[in-house]
Amino acid sequence: MGAPRHDDLVGDAPTVATRLALAHRAGGLAGPVLTTLLAFVVGGLIVLATGANPFSTYRAIFDGSGLNWLFPWVRGADRAFAAGNLQQTLLLTTALLLCGLAVGFAFRSGLFNIGGQGQYLVGSILSVWIGSSLVGMNGPLHILLTIAAATLGGALYAGLAGLLKATVGAHEVITTIMLNWIAVWVGSWLFGDGGALQSHAGGGSFPTSPPVAGSVHLPVFWGSAELQGLDIGFFVALACLVVYALTLSRTALGFEVRAVGFNPEASRYAGMSVARTYVVAMAVAGAFAGLAGAVDVLGWQFSVGVNDIQTSQIGFIAIAVAVLGRNRPLGILLASLLFGALLNGTATRNLDPAVFRPELASNLTLIIQGLVILFVGADVLVLWLWSRRPRRAMAAA
Amino acid sequence: MSTWAERLDGPVWSRMRDARTVAVAGIVLGIVAALVALPPVTARSPLYPVLFGIAAAVLGLSAALRGARRPGWGAVAAGLLGITLGILATRSSTGNLNLVFTASLIASMFVFSTPLVFGAIAGTFSERSGVVNIGLEGMMLMGAFWGVYGADKGGSWMVGLLVAMLAGGLLALVHAYFAIHLRADQIVGGTAVNFLALGITGYFFFQLYHGQDVPVGVSTIPDMKLPGLEHVHFLNQAFGDLNLMVWLSFALVIVSWLVLFKTAIGLRIRACGEHPRAADTVGINVYAIRYGCVVLSGVLAALGGAYLSIGFGGGAFTDNMTAGRGFIALAAMIFGNWRPFGAFGAALLFGFSTALAYRLPAYSSSAATLFQALPYVLTLIAVAGVIGRTSPPAADGKPYRKQ
Repeated sequence: MGAPRHDDLVGDAPTVATRLALAHRAGGLAGPVLTTLLAFVVGGLIVLATGANPFSTYRAIFDGSGLNWLFPWVRGADRAFAAGNLQQTLLLTTALLLCGLAVGFAFRSGLFNIGGQGQYLVGSILSVWIGSSLVGMNGPLHILLTIAAATLGGALYAGLAGLLKATVGAHEVITTIMLNWIAVWVGSWLFGDGGALQSHAGGGSFPTSPPVAGSVHLPVFWGSAELQGLDIGFFVALACLVVYALTLSRTALGFEVRAVGFNPEASRYAGMSVARTYVVAMAVAGAFAGLAGAVDVLGWQFSVGVNDIQTSQIGFIAIAVAVLGRNRPLGILLASLLFGALLNGTATRNLDPAVFRPELASNLTLIIQGLVILFVGADVLVLWLWSRRPRRAMAAA
Repeated sequence: MSTWAERLDGPVWSRMRDARTVAVAGIVLGIVAALVALPPVTARSPLYPVLFGIAAAVLGLSAALRGARRPGWGAVAAGLLGITLGILATRSSTGNLNLVFTASLIASMFVFSTPLVFGAIAGTFSERSGVVNIGLEGMMLMGAFWGVYGADKGGSWMVGLLVAMLAGGLLALVHAYFAIHLRADQIVGGTAVNFLALGITGYFFFQLYHGQDVPVGVSTIPDMKLPGLEHVHFLNQAFGDLNLMVWLSFALVIVSWLVLFKTAIGLRIRACGEHPRAADTVGINVYAIRYGCVVLSGVLAALGGAYLSIGFGGGAFTDNMTAGRGFIALAAMIFGNWRPFGAFGAALLFGFSTALAYRLPAYSSSAATLFQALPYVLTLIAVAGVIGRTSPPAADGKPYRKQ
């Protein structure tokens, strides 16, 4: 009798959005926070099994992320070092936040956008193309044009998946996975040897794109522009977060998106065009991801290598961001900060090998991500809390 | 259109069969259109591929108008593709053609298609029982690492395969528990499983091998020399020296077709994927079937992964070794319309395109890179319904709750 009854929560044919909405009501913040802690505990056990100290390992990862900058007692050279690390963390957070919005917005309409990676790459590719051509154009105008093209490209790319869903019912998970790989190979072709956007200037051993013009670099407001300081792309991402929140809560589009997410049949019956909503929701999602590509290229990457395209995971980690953040604006912000810090804190150059091998730590990050998605996605803790609730009520009575 | 139909006598099914035969003939002609320009025929005039291609398109069109839409339009596409490829081939030098299109191209098609066949059949079992499995990539990766680990420490490739199957099955069990028992979203679960596999294999690879490569000389899955083919040059090059796993993949396709479509257990599996409530009503244990199929799916996918590391990989492992093959396998399953032979055909097509991509640098290395996108584009076209419609099992991805 104490067994979790998911059915009480979600009924017979749950959409992703209903499930999430009910999870909010049932667990609120407690679910994701406890789940994250649980994932870290499991990660700690793995560290322990390896023979290292989990506490000093997590401490080193924390310091590697630069979050110790927030402590006023960190002073002098340590503080300058922490600031540099935190700038890196926030650069990753920027891209994760935008891509997290891309996954989250589609989620709210009941669609699972696995294609954040592809939309991000389309944004990167277009940014490199436009940013490296049209040299001599007015700087700010050039930046706006590049960002607009990347955003539009991402929107069209994702919109294609939405269109296929709306017209022929092709499952968005399958179409977005295919679009991801098409973007990967088209990007590798463009920037690779003999490709149309291959840089002939660089002498590096890996094929890479030409660098964007210096005049389209986004201004750095914290740290040194030479050492990849934090650029204004961070504020662009925060502004998008506000747009996301307001669109969903205050506009007719947001209402339709949420309604379709809850119950497409009822929305259709109420006179909404479900097909149109799917296309628009995917296009808006793709716009966020495409923008992320532009912000990364213009902010700190400046040129994109074939290797970057094939190993980039931003769009996939963004799934963890959206799932953990429960598609809520504040949740996505916190989750993107968490994963940005984890990614940067476990990077080879940031983690002290004497404490824990960074090669192991970066894989630990992947395991923690997997556990978080698994636990939050299945609402394991929510179910557990839910099953505890009546008993507590009975005990009180 | 209707006059065409009216002129034909006989019951509907015979007319359909007739149109289908015409369409299949069209597809064959489309393939011939490309083949005439390639070795050993190597026609040098573009006239031949164009003629064969047009004939294929005409047959396809007539078949499509008479109701066999999917194969009909397929024949039209084959004809147009045949013309394009044929003309391209007549314009390239014979030396290059002889370099690229050899019998060993067929052997290397099997090399690249084998992991896809295992993955696609794995996915077919899982999804036929009603559980979406986008964790194939992760399950293959588990097989790749634990396969090489088992072969290294156990001293034999057979131990490697067993360890791989165990690891893949365990990861699939996690997916099954969350998808079936907790009724979690199966796509979220599959995504998580992929992350877990990437982390687990990377972690243990570094931990167990101290950041080094797997030592050279690990026992690998043997190749099967076919006796009696030495004198038949073409067949010997294509089939004479294939890996054991390639032959196993052929057998797997036949066996899984028999199991899924000719046995009672197969009927039960498909019932669970189409209408679990009805299956439950007649006494089928839906949960047991689904658990079994998902775990089997993990075991088979892991075999495909093990082939990568201790089969044609020669006993090596690298981080993220599968590099998206699990997703191509997923694409092959969809392209093959959730049927073993369909999946096999799609896997062969995708394997062929990869094999060709490895040889295309003879012409242009950049074109070879772009060619790698072909499987994904084809699958996108297939799910978009341009050439007929793919239809997943009705209850695919829907959690089932007993009443």
